[in-house]
Amino acid sequence: MIYGLGYWQESILRSVGILVAVLLPAGTFVYVFLFKMVSFMQSRLGPMEAGPFGSMQLLAEVGKFLQKEDIVPERADKKLFKFAPYLVVGTVLLVYLAVPFGPDMYFADLDGGVFYILAVSSISSLGVLMAGWSSANKYALIGGLRAAGQLIAYELPMVLAVVGVIIQAGTMNLSGIVAAQAGGSIFGFNGIGNPYLLTQFIAFAIFMIAVQAELGQTPFDMPIAESELVTGYITEYSGLRFLLFFIGEFASAGAFAAVAATLFLGGWAVPAAWADLNSNWFNLIGPLIMLVKMMILGGLIFFVRFTFPRFREDQLQKLAWTVLIPISLVNILATTILKVAF
Amino acid sequence: MAPKPKVPGIVKGMGVTFKEMTQTIWPGEGLKRFTQPPSPSKGAATVQYPHVKEAPAPRARGVIALKEENCTVCMLCARSCPDWCIYIEGHKEKAPPRRPGGKERTVSALDRFDIDYSLCMYCGICVEVCPFEALFWSPEFEYSEPRIADLLHDKERLGEWMETVPDFEPYEAGAEVKVKQVPR
Repeated sequence: MIYGLGYWQESILRSVGILVAVLLPAGTFVYVFLFKMVSFMQSRLGPMEAGPFGSMQLLAEVGKFLQKEDIVPERADKKLFKFAPYLVVGTVLLVYLAVPFGPDMYFADLDGGVFYILAVSSISSLGVLMAGWSSANKYALIGGLRAAGQLIAYELPMVLAVVGVIIQAGTMNLSGIVAAQAGGSIFGFNGIGNPYLLTQFIAFAIFMIAVQAELGQTPFDMPIAESELVTGYITEYSGLRFLLFFIGEFASAGAFAAVAATLFLGGWAVPAAWADLNSNWFNLIGPLIMLVKMMILGGLIFFVRFTFPRFREDQLQKLAWTVLIPISLVNILATTILKVAF
Repeated sequence: MAPKPKVPGIVKGMGVTFKEMTQTIWPGEGLKRFTQPPSPSKGAATVQYPHVKEAPAPRARGVIALKEENCTVCMLCARSCPDWCIYIEGHKEKAPPRRPGGKERTVSALDRFDIDYSLCMYCGICVEVCPFEALFWSPEFEYSEPRIADLLHDKERLGEWMETVPDFEPYEAGAEVKVKQVPR
Protein backbone atom coordinates (compact mmCIF):
# COMPACT_ATOMS: atom_id res chain seq x y z
CA MET A 1 0.00 0.00 0.00
CA ILE A 2 1.21 3.46 -0.87
CA TYR A 3 1.15 5.87 2.11
CA GLY A 4 -1.77 4.01 3.68
CA LEU A 5 -4.28 4.87 0.95
CA GLY A 6 -7.59 3.03 0.96
CA TYR A 7 -8.16 0.22 -1.49
CA TRP A 8 -10.51 2.26 -3.68
CA GLN A 9 -8.16 5.27 -3.72
CA GLU A 10 -5.32 3.05 -4.80
CA SER A 11 -7.48 1.43 -7.49
CA ILE A 12 -8.38 4.82 -8.98
CA LEU A 13 -4.73 5.83 -8.83
CA ARG A 14 -3.74 2.68 -10.71
CA SER A 15 -6.47 3.12 -13.34
CA VAL A 16 -5.29 6.65 -14.06
CA GLY A 17 -1.73 5.39 -13.93
CA ILE A 18 -2.28 2.79 -16.65
CA LEU A 19 -3.70 5.39 -19.02
CA VAL A 20 -0.68 7.62 -18.38
CA ALA A 21 1.63 4.63 -18.76
CA VAL A 22 0.10 3.75 -22.14
CA LEU A 23 -0.37 7.18 -23.68
CA LEU A 24 2.73 8.99 -22.39
CA PRO A 25 5.37 6.66 -23.88
CA ALA A 26 3.31 6.24 -27.06
CA GLY A 27 3.13 10.02 -27.55
CA THR A 28 6.80 10.47 -26.69
CA PHE A 29 7.79 7.73 -29.13
CA VAL A 30 5.79 9.29 -31.94
CA TYR A 31 7.17 12.79 -31.39
CA VAL A 32 10.80 12.01 -30.55
CA PHE A 33 11.37 9.11 -32.93
CA LEU A 34 8.70 9.08 -35.63
CA PHE A 35 8.56 12.85 -36.15
CA LYS A 36 12.01 14.11 -35.21
CA MET A 37 14.64 11.35 -35.31
CA VAL A 38 13.56 10.12 -38.74
CA SER A 39 13.46 13.68 -40.05
CA PHE A 40 17.02 14.33 -38.96
CA MET A 41 18.09 11.02 -40.49
CA GLN A 42 16.63 12.25 -43.78
CA SER A 43 18.18 15.75 -43.54
CA ARG A 44 14.92 17.54 -42.85
CA LEU A 45 13.33 19.19 -39.83
CA GLY A 46 10.01 17.42 -39.43
CA PRO A 47 6.97 19.20 -37.99
CA MET A 48 7.86 22.75 -36.91
CA GLU A 49 4.57 24.67 -36.90
CA ALA A 50 2.34 23.24 -34.14
CA GLY A 51 3.81 24.33 -30.81
CA PRO A 52 7.52 24.91 -30.12
CA PHE A 53 9.49 22.72 -32.57
CA GLY A 54 6.27 21.02 -33.60
CA SER A 55 5.78 19.37 -30.21
CA MET A 56 2.00 19.77 -30.35
CA GLN A 57 1.82 18.14 -33.78
CA LEU A 58 0.44 14.93 -32.32
CA LEU A 59 -2.51 16.78 -30.76
CA ALA A 60 -3.15 18.42 -34.12
CA GLU A 61 -3.16 15.01 -35.78
CA VAL A 62 -5.58 13.65 -33.19
CA GLY A 63 -7.86 16.63 -33.79
CA LYS A 64 -7.69 16.01 -37.52
CA PHE A 65 -8.59 12.34 -37.23
CA LEU A 66 -11.49 13.08 -34.87
CA GLN A 67 -13.03 15.41 -37.45
CA LYS A 68 -12.98 12.84 -40.21
CA GLU A 69 -15.95 10.76 -41.25
CA ASP A 70 -16.10 7.24 -39.87
CA ILE A 71 -16.66 5.22 -43.03
CA VAL A 72 -17.74 1.59 -42.91
CA PRO A 73 -17.71 -0.24 -46.26
CA GLU A 74 -21.15 -1.39 -47.36
CA ARG A 75 -20.28 -5.06 -47.60
CA ALA A 76 -18.11 -5.14 -44.48
CA ASP A 77 -18.91 -7.32 -41.49
CA LYS A 78 -19.95 -4.24 -39.56
CA LYS A 79 -19.76 -5.47 -35.97
CA LEU A 80 -16.30 -7.01 -36.38
CA PHE A 81 -15.12 -4.05 -38.41
CA LYS A 82 -16.09 -1.60 -35.67
CA PHE A 83 -14.79 -3.73 -32.82
CA ALA A 84 -11.34 -4.65 -34.21
CA PRO A 85 -9.47 -1.38 -33.40
CA TYR A 86 -10.72 -1.43 -29.79
CA LEU A 87 -9.40 -4.97 -29.42
CA VAL A 88 -5.97 -3.89 -30.68
CA VAL A 89 -5.76 -0.96 -28.25
CA GLY A 90 -7.24 -2.95 -25.37
CA THR A 91 -4.50 -5.56 -25.77
CA VAL A 92 -1.84 -2.96 -25.12
CA LEU A 93 -3.55 -1.93 -21.88
CA LEU A 94 -3.55 -5.58 -20.84
CA VAL A 95 0.19 -5.92 -21.52
CA TYR A 96 0.97 -2.95 -19.28
CA LEU A 97 -1.04 -4.58 -16.52
CA ALA A 98 1.77 -6.93 -15.50
CA VAL A 99 4.75 -4.59 -15.90
CA PRO A 100 6.04 -3.14 -12.61
CA PHE A 101 7.16 0.52 -12.52
CA GLY A 102 8.35 0.58 -8.90
CA PRO A 103 8.22 -1.48 -5.71
CA ASP A 104 4.51 -0.65 -5.33
CA MET A 105 3.89 0.91 -8.75
CA TYR A 106 2.32 -2.00 -10.55
CA PHE A 107 -1.19 -2.62 -11.75
CA ALA A 108 -1.27 -6.33 -10.94
CA ASP A 109 1.48 -8.44 -9.39
CA LEU A 110 1.06 -11.67 -11.32
CA ASP A 111 3.11 -14.74 -10.47
CA GLY A 112 2.94 -15.89 -14.09
CA GLY A 113 3.62 -12.37 -15.40
CA VAL A 114 5.86 -13.31 -18.31
CA PHE A 115 3.50 -16.04 -19.41
CA TYR A 116 0.56 -13.64 -19.14
CA ILE A 117 2.27 -10.93 -21.23
CA LEU A 118 3.29 -13.31 -24.00
CA ALA A 119 -0.22 -14.75 -24.12
CA VAL A 120 -2.02 -11.40 -24.07
CA SER A 121 0.23 -9.69 -26.62
CA SER A 122 -0.88 -12.20 -29.27
CA ILE A 123 -4.49 -11.01 -29.00
CA SER A 124 -3.67 -7.83 -30.94
CA SER A 125 -2.96 -9.95 -34.01
CA LEU A 126 -6.44 -11.38 -33.59
CA GLY A 127 -7.74 -7.83 -33.84
CA VAL A 128 -5.64 -7.30 -36.95
CA LEU A 129 -6.98 -10.50 -38.48
CA MET A 130 -10.55 -9.40 -37.63
CA ALA A 131 -9.94 -6.03 -39.25
CA GLY A 132 -8.53 -7.66 -42.38
CA TRP A 133 -11.30 -10.21 -42.69
CA SER A 134 -14.24 -7.90 -41.99
CA SER A 135 -13.14 -5.11 -44.35
CA ALA A 136 -14.38 -6.98 -47.46
CA ASN A 137 -11.24 -5.86 -49.27
CA LYS A 138 -8.62 -8.06 -50.87
CA TYR A 139 -5.70 -5.92 -49.71
CA ALA A 140 -6.99 -5.86 -46.15
CA LEU A 141 -7.52 -9.61 -46.20
CA ILE A 142 -4.00 -10.36 -47.43
CA GLY A 143 -2.61 -7.89 -44.89
CA GLY A 144 -4.50 -9.59 -42.07
CA LEU A 145 -3.34 -13.05 -43.17
CA ARG A 146 0.25 -11.88 -43.40
CA ALA A 147 -0.02 -10.46 -39.88
CA ALA A 148 -1.28 -13.82 -38.62
CA GLY A 149 1.52 -15.72 -40.36
CA GLN A 150 4.06 -13.29 -38.97
CA LEU A 151 2.67 -13.69 -35.46
CA ILE A 152 2.93 -17.48 -35.54
CA ALA A 153 6.47 -17.34 -36.91
CA TYR A 154 7.81 -14.77 -34.43
CA GLU A 155 5.86 -15.62 -31.28
CA LEU A 156 7.93 -18.79 -31.03
CA PRO A 157 11.46 -17.27 -30.99
CA MET A 158 10.16 -14.58 -28.63
CA VAL A 159 8.87 -17.13 -26.13
CA LEU A 160 12.01 -19.24 -26.46
CA ALA A 161 14.22 -16.17 -25.95
CA VAL A 162 12.36 -15.26 -22.78
CA VAL A 163 12.70 -18.82 -21.45
CA GLY A 164 16.44 -18.21 -21.02
CA VAL A 165 15.70 -15.21 -18.81
CA ILE A 166 13.16 -17.17 -16.79
CA ILE A 167 15.65 -19.99 -16.21
CA GLN A 168 18.28 -17.55 -15.03
CA ALA A 169 15.94 -15.59 -12.75
CA GLY A 170 14.15 -18.65 -11.45
CA THR A 171 10.78 -16.88 -11.53
CA MET A 172 8.10 -15.78 -14.00
CA ASN A 173 7.02 -12.86 -11.83
CA LEU A 174 8.25 -9.62 -13.43
CA SER A 175 8.89 -8.00 -10.03
CA GLY A 176 10.89 -11.11 -9.16
CA ILE A 177 12.90 -10.81 -12.38
CA VAL A 178 13.64 -7.15 -11.60
CA ALA A 179 14.77 -8.09 -8.07
CA ALA A 180 16.90 -10.94 -9.41
CA GLN A 181 18.69 -8.55 -11.81
CA ALA A 182 19.17 -5.80 -9.21
CA GLY A 183 20.48 -8.16 -6.55
CA GLY A 184 22.40 -10.48 -8.84
CA SER A 185 26.12 -10.66 -9.35
CA ILE A 186 28.41 -11.51 -12.26
CA PHE A 187 31.15 -13.92 -11.10
CA GLY A 188 30.83 -12.61 -7.55
CA PHE A 189 30.97 -8.92 -8.58
CA ASN A 190 27.72 -7.22 -7.62
CA GLY A 191 28.56 -3.56 -8.35
CA ILE A 192 26.15 -3.33 -11.26
CA GLY A 193 23.86 -6.20 -10.32
CA ASN A 194 23.25 -8.60 -13.18
CA PRO A 195 21.25 -7.04 -15.99
CA TYR A 196 20.39 -9.96 -18.27
CA LEU A 197 21.42 -7.88 -21.24
CA LEU A 198 24.98 -8.98 -20.41
CA THR A 199 24.44 -12.65 -19.68
CA GLN A 200 21.53 -13.23 -22.06
CA PHE A 201 22.62 -11.03 -24.97
CA ILE A 202 21.67 -13.67 -27.55
CA ALA A 203 18.20 -13.86 -26.05
CA PHE A 204 18.07 -10.06 -26.06
CA ALA A 205 18.94 -9.88 -29.77
CA ILE A 206 16.37 -12.53 -30.66
CA PHE A 207 13.75 -10.86 -28.47
CA MET A 208 14.28 -7.45 -30.10
CA ILE A 209 14.09 -8.94 -33.62
CA ALA A 210 10.90 -10.77 -32.67
CA VAL A 211 9.47 -7.58 -31.13
CA GLN A 212 10.22 -5.73 -34.36
CA ALA A 213 8.28 -8.39 -36.26
CA GLU A 214 5.48 -8.54 -33.72
CA LEU A 215 4.99 -4.79 -33.95
CA GLY A 216 5.12 -4.85 -37.73
CA GLN A 217 7.89 -2.25 -37.78
CA THR A 218 9.67 -1.78 -41.02
CA PRO A 219 12.00 -4.61 -41.88
CA PHE A 220 8.97 -6.76 -41.04
CA ASP A 221 6.06 -4.55 -42.08
CA MET A 222 4.51 -6.93 -44.61
CA PRO A 223 1.02 -6.63 -43.05
CA ILE A 224 0.81 -2.98 -44.11
CA ALA A 225 3.37 -3.04 -46.95
CA GLU A 226 2.20 0.12 -48.68
CA SER A 227 3.82 -0.60 -52.04
CA GLU A 228 2.08 -3.97 -52.28
CA LEU A 229 -1.12 -3.79 -50.23
CA VAL A 230 -2.12 -0.08 -50.09
CA THR A 231 -2.06 -0.09 -46.27
CA GLY A 232 -2.95 -3.71 -45.59
CA TYR A 233 -5.52 -4.32 -42.90
CA ILE A 234 -6.13 -0.61 -42.22
CA THR A 235 -6.97 0.17 -45.86
CA GLU A 236 -10.69 0.66 -45.18
CA TYR A 237 -10.38 2.46 -41.86
CA SER A 238 -10.72 6.20 -41.40
CA GLY A 239 -11.20 8.77 -38.67
CA LEU A 240 -11.28 7.63 -35.06
CA ARG A 241 -10.82 3.94 -35.84
CA PHE A 242 -7.71 4.63 -37.92
CA LEU A 243 -6.44 6.73 -35.01
CA LEU A 244 -6.99 3.80 -32.66
CA PHE A 245 -4.88 1.53 -34.87
CA PHE A 246 -2.22 4.25 -34.94
CA ILE A 247 -2.26 4.56 -31.13
CA GLY A 248 -2.25 0.79 -30.83
CA GLU A 249 0.85 0.50 -33.00
CA PHE A 250 2.92 2.97 -31.02
CA ALA A 251 1.51 2.11 -27.60
CA SER A 252 2.41 -1.52 -28.18
CA ALA A 253 5.89 -0.39 -29.23
CA GLY A 254 6.00 1.27 -25.80
CA ALA A 255 4.62 -1.85 -24.12
CA PHE A 256 7.20 -4.14 -25.69
CA ALA A 257 9.95 -1.65 -24.89
CA ALA A 258 8.75 -1.77 -21.27
CA VAL A 259 8.73 -5.58 -21.26
CA ALA A 260 12.19 -5.75 -22.83
CA ALA A 261 13.50 -3.16 -20.35
CA THR A 262 12.12 -5.22 -17.48
CA LEU A 263 13.46 -8.53 -18.76
CA PHE A 264 16.89 -7.42 -19.94
CA LEU A 265 17.81 -4.00 -18.54
CA GLY A 266 16.70 -4.36 -14.94
CA GLY A 267 13.31 -2.65 -15.16
CA TRP A 268 12.56 0.18 -12.73
CA ALA A 269 15.43 -0.74 -10.40
CA VAL A 270 19.02 0.38 -10.22
CA PRO A 271 21.60 -2.17 -9.03
CA ALA A 272 20.90 -3.06 -5.39
CA ALA A 273 24.44 -2.08 -4.42
CA TRP A 274 23.64 1.58 -5.22
CA ALA A 275 20.51 2.26 -3.22
CA ASP A 276 17.88 0.72 -0.96
CA LEU A 277 15.31 -0.49 -3.50
CA ASN A 278 12.47 -0.89 -1.00
CA SER A 279 12.41 2.78 0.00
CA ASN A 280 9.27 4.69 -0.96
CA TRP A 281 11.35 7.00 -3.13
CA PHE A 282 11.54 4.34 -5.77
CA ASN A 283 7.80 4.61 -6.36
CA LEU A 284 8.66 8.07 -7.69
CA ILE A 285 12.06 7.50 -9.32
CA GLY A 286 11.23 4.00 -10.60
CA PRO A 287 8.86 5.11 -13.40
CA LEU A 288 11.42 7.68 -14.54
CA ILE A 289 14.22 5.10 -14.68
CA MET A 290 11.84 2.82 -16.52
CA LEU A 291 10.96 5.58 -19.00
CA VAL A 292 14.64 6.21 -19.74
CA LYS A 293 15.23 2.52 -20.41
CA MET A 294 12.10 2.36 -22.55
CA MET A 295 13.30 5.35 -24.57
CA ILE A 296 16.63 3.64 -25.23
CA LEU A 297 14.94 0.45 -26.43
CA GLY A 298 12.24 2.35 -28.34
CA GLY A 299 14.99 4.37 -30.02
CA LEU A 300 16.60 1.10 -31.07
CA ILE A 301 13.31 -0.20 -32.51
CA PHE A 302 12.72 2.96 -34.54
CA PHE A 303 16.39 3.29 -35.51
CA VAL A 304 16.18 -0.15 -37.13
CA ARG A 305 12.80 0.70 -38.61
CA PHE A 306 14.10 3.76 -40.42
CA THR A 307 17.31 2.13 -41.63
CA PHE A 308 16.34 -1.08 -43.36
CA PRO A 309 14.09 -1.86 -46.29
CA ARG A 310 11.31 -4.40 -46.09
CA PHE A 311 11.98 -8.13 -46.29
CA ARG A 312 10.18 -10.32 -48.78
CA GLU A 313 7.44 -12.49 -47.31
CA ASP A 314 9.38 -15.75 -47.74
CA GLN A 315 12.58 -14.23 -46.33
CA LEU A 316 10.60 -13.27 -43.24
CA GLN A 317 9.42 -16.82 -42.64
CA LYS A 318 12.83 -18.29 -43.41
CA LEU A 319 14.56 -16.00 -40.90
CA ALA A 320 12.22 -17.04 -38.12
CA TRP A 321 12.11 -20.82 -38.69
CA THR A 322 15.65 -21.57 -39.85
CA VAL A 323 17.69 -18.99 -37.91
CA LEU A 324 16.00 -17.52 -34.85
CA ILE A 325 14.29 -20.63 -33.46
CA PRO A 326 17.38 -22.93 -33.64
CA ILE A 327 19.57 -20.25 -32.06
CA SER A 328 17.10 -19.63 -29.25
CA LEU A 329 16.86 -23.38 -28.57
CA VAL A 330 20.65 -23.59 -28.31
CA ASN A 331 20.54 -20.55 -26.03
CA ILE A 332 18.08 -22.29 -23.70
CA LEU A 333 20.27 -25.40 -23.61
CA ALA A 334 23.40 -23.37 -22.83
CA THR A 335 21.58 -21.38 -20.12
CA THR A 336 20.33 -24.58 -18.51
CA ILE A 337 23.79 -26.16 -18.46
CA LEU A 338 25.42 -23.05 -17.03
CA LYS A 339 22.65 -22.62 -14.45
CA VAL A 340 23.22 -26.16 -13.19
CA ALA A 341 27.02 -25.87 -13.36
CA PHE A 342 27.27 -22.63 -11.33
CA MET B 1 47.75 -3.98 -48.49
CA ALA B 2 45.66 -6.04 -46.14
CA PRO B 3 41.96 -5.98 -46.97
CA LYS B 4 39.87 -3.95 -44.60
CA PRO B 5 37.89 -6.04 -42.11
CA LYS B 6 34.43 -6.40 -43.59
CA VAL B 7 31.71 -4.62 -41.65
CA PRO B 8 28.37 -6.44 -41.81
CA GLY B 9 25.88 -4.60 -44.00
CA ILE B 10 23.37 -4.32 -41.16
CA VAL B 11 25.80 -2.41 -38.94
CA LYS B 12 26.96 -0.32 -41.90
CA GLY B 13 23.39 0.69 -42.72
CA MET B 14 22.71 1.76 -39.14
CA GLY B 15 25.95 3.73 -39.25
CA VAL B 16 24.79 5.61 -42.34
CA THR B 17 21.50 6.70 -40.80
CA PHE B 18 23.19 7.60 -37.51
CA LYS B 19 25.82 9.69 -39.27
CA GLU B 20 23.14 11.45 -41.29
CA MET B 21 21.25 12.25 -38.09
CA THR B 22 24.29 13.77 -36.36
CA GLN B 23 25.11 15.68 -39.54
CA THR B 24 21.66 17.26 -39.48
CA ILE B 25 21.65 18.09 -35.78
CA TRP B 26 25.28 19.29 -35.63
CA PRO B 27 26.24 20.29 -39.19
CA GLY B 28 29.93 20.55 -40.02
CA GLU B 29 33.11 18.54 -39.71
CA GLY B 30 35.21 17.17 -36.87
CA LEU B 31 34.41 16.38 -33.26
CA LYS B 32 34.35 20.02 -32.16
CA ARG B 33 30.89 20.58 -33.64
CA PHE B 34 29.40 18.43 -30.86
CA THR B 35 30.32 21.13 -28.35
CA GLN B 36 28.16 23.62 -30.27
CA PRO B 37 24.43 23.90 -29.52
CA PRO B 38 22.46 21.73 -31.96
CA SER B 39 21.22 23.66 -35.02
CA PRO B 40 19.11 21.36 -37.19
CA SER B 41 17.70 24.28 -39.18
CA LYS B 42 21.19 24.79 -40.63
CA GLY B 43 21.88 21.09 -41.13
CA ALA B 44 18.63 20.30 -42.90
CA ALA B 45 18.66 20.18 -46.68
CA THR B 46 15.10 21.53 -46.80
CA VAL B 47 13.70 25.01 -46.14
CA GLN B 48 10.61 25.92 -44.12
CA TYR B 49 8.55 26.90 -47.14
CA PRO B 50 5.92 29.49 -46.21
CA HIS B 51 8.51 31.40 -44.16
CA VAL B 52 11.46 30.93 -46.49
CA LYS B 53 11.07 30.63 -50.26
CA GLU B 54 13.39 28.17 -51.89
CA ALA B 55 15.40 29.41 -54.85
CA PRO B 56 14.26 27.17 -57.70
CA ALA B 57 16.64 25.81 -60.30
CA PRO B 58 17.00 28.15 -63.34
CA ARG B 59 15.46 25.59 -65.70
CA ALA B 60 12.66 24.63 -63.30
CA ARG B 61 9.33 24.18 -65.09
CA GLY B 62 7.12 26.36 -62.94
CA VAL B 63 4.84 28.21 -65.31
CA ILE B 64 4.78 29.21 -69.00
CA ALA B 65 5.23 32.92 -69.66
CA LEU B 66 4.08 34.72 -72.83
CA LYS B 67 5.79 37.57 -74.67
CA GLU B 68 2.73 38.94 -76.40
CA GLU B 69 4.48 41.19 -78.96
CA ASN B 70 6.37 38.24 -80.42
CA CYS B 71 3.30 36.08 -80.96
CA THR B 72 2.12 35.82 -84.59
CA VAL B 73 -0.97 33.67 -83.90
CA CYS B 74 0.56 30.84 -85.91
CA MET B 75 -1.23 28.29 -83.68
CA LEU B 76 1.74 25.90 -83.65
CA CYS B 77 1.70 25.72 -79.84
CA ALA B 78 -2.05 25.14 -79.65
CA ARG B 79 -1.84 22.37 -82.27
CA SER B 80 1.12 20.62 -80.67
CA CYS B 81 -0.29 20.72 -77.15
CA PRO B 82 -1.09 17.11 -76.12
CA ASP B 83 -3.76 18.29 -73.69
CA TRP B 84 -5.30 20.95 -75.97
CA CYS B 85 -5.08 23.40 -73.11
CA ILE B 86 -3.98 26.46 -75.12
CA TYR B 87 -6.79 28.63 -76.51
CA ILE B 88 -5.82 31.23 -79.14
CA GLU B 89 -7.92 33.73 -81.04
CA GLY B 90 -6.61 36.46 -83.28
CA HIS B 91 -7.45 38.72 -86.20
CA LYS B 92 -5.64 40.38 -89.08
CA GLU B 93 -5.16 44.10 -89.08
CA LYS B 94 -3.47 46.65 -91.29
CA ALA B 95 -0.23 48.21 -90.16
CA PRO B 96 1.56 51.24 -91.63
CA PRO B 97 4.23 50.46 -94.29
CA ARG B 98 7.85 50.06 -93.24
CA ARG B 99 9.13 52.59 -95.81
CA PRO B 100 7.38 55.73 -96.93
CA GLY B 101 5.38 55.08 -100.07
CA GLY B 102 5.28 51.35 -99.48
CA LYS B 103 2.32 49.07 -99.33
CA GLU B 104 0.33 48.66 -96.09
CA ARG B 105 1.32 45.54 -94.18
CA THR B 106 -1.00 42.88 -92.79
CA VAL B 107 -0.14 41.71 -89.27
CA SER B 108 -1.81 39.22 -86.97
CA ALA B 109 -2.96 40.58 -83.63
CA LEU B 110 -3.66 38.46 -80.58
CA ASP B 111 -7.15 38.67 -79.08
CA ARG B 112 -6.99 35.78 -76.69
CA PHE B 113 -4.18 33.55 -75.44
CA ASP B 114 -5.26 31.36 -72.53
CA ILE B 115 -3.50 28.40 -70.96
CA ASP B 116 -5.61 26.14 -68.77
CA TYR B 117 -3.18 25.09 -66.03
CA SER B 118 -5.65 22.55 -64.68
CA LEU B 119 -5.02 20.60 -67.90
CA CYS B 120 -1.39 21.49 -68.62
CA MET B 121 1.04 18.67 -67.91
CA TYR B 122 4.17 20.81 -68.15
CA CYS B 123 5.64 18.86 -71.08
CA GLY B 124 7.04 22.07 -72.58
CA ILE B 125 6.28 21.14 -76.20
CA CYS B 126 4.65 24.56 -76.79
CA VAL B 127 7.85 26.27 -75.64
CA GLU B 128 9.89 24.00 -77.92
CA VAL B 129 7.82 24.53 -81.06
CA CYS B 130 7.37 28.30 -80.79
CA PRO B 131 9.44 29.69 -83.73
CA PHE B 132 9.05 33.34 -82.73
CA GLU B 133 10.33 33.26 -79.12
CA ALA B 134 7.03 34.07 -77.54
CA LEU B 135 6.79 31.29 -74.94
CA PHE B 136 9.27 30.76 -72.08
CA TRP B 137 9.62 28.64 -68.99
CA SER B 138 9.54 30.52 -65.70
CA PRO B 139 10.45 28.91 -62.34
CA GLU B 140 7.57 30.75 -60.64
CA PHE B 141 5.29 28.24 -58.89
CA GLU B 142 3.01 30.14 -56.52
CA TYR B 143 -0.19 30.40 -58.57
CA SER B 144 -2.52 27.90 -56.91
CA GLU B 145 -6.21 28.77 -56.82
CA PRO B 146 -9.07 27.65 -54.61
CA ARG B 147 -11.31 27.06 -57.65
CA ILE B 148 -10.16 24.86 -60.51
CA ALA B 149 -11.75 27.17 -63.12
CA ASP B 150 -9.51 30.01 -61.92
CA LEU B 151 -6.48 28.14 -63.22
CA LEU B 152 -7.31 29.33 -66.75
CA HIS B 153 -4.86 32.21 -67.13
CA ASP B 154 -5.17 34.86 -69.84
CA LYS B 155 -2.50 36.64 -71.84
CA GLU B 156 -2.19 39.52 -69.36
CA ARG B 157 -1.41 37.13 -66.53
CA LEU B 158 0.95 35.08 -68.70
CA GLY B 159 2.68 38.31 -69.69
CA GLU B 160 3.26 39.27 -66.07
CA TRP B 161 5.32 36.12 -65.63
CA MET B 162 7.75 37.30 -68.35
CA GLU B 163 9.57 39.27 -65.63
CA THR B 164 10.35 36.08 -63.71
CA VAL B 165 11.96 34.31 -66.69
CA PRO B 166 15.68 33.95 -65.96
CA ASP B 167 18.39 34.46 -68.60
CA PHE B 168 19.33 31.37 -70.57
CA GLU B 169 22.31 29.55 -69.13
CA PRO B 170 25.51 29.40 -71.16
CA TYR B 171 25.85 26.22 -73.19
CA GLU B 172 28.65 23.78 -72.49
CA ALA B 173 32.11 24.58 -73.83
CA GLY B 174 32.53 24.03 -77.58
CA ALA B 175 28.86 24.44 -78.47
CA GLU B 176 28.46 26.08 -81.90
CA VAL B 177 25.02 27.51 -81.27
CA LYS B 178 24.93 30.99 -79.80
CA VAL B 179 23.07 31.44 -76.53
CA LYS B 180 19.72 33.09 -77.18
CA GLN B 181 18.65 36.19 -75.32
CA VAL B 182 15.36 36.41 -73.49
CA PRO B 183 13.43 39.33 -75.01
CA ARG B 184 12.87 41.87 -72.27
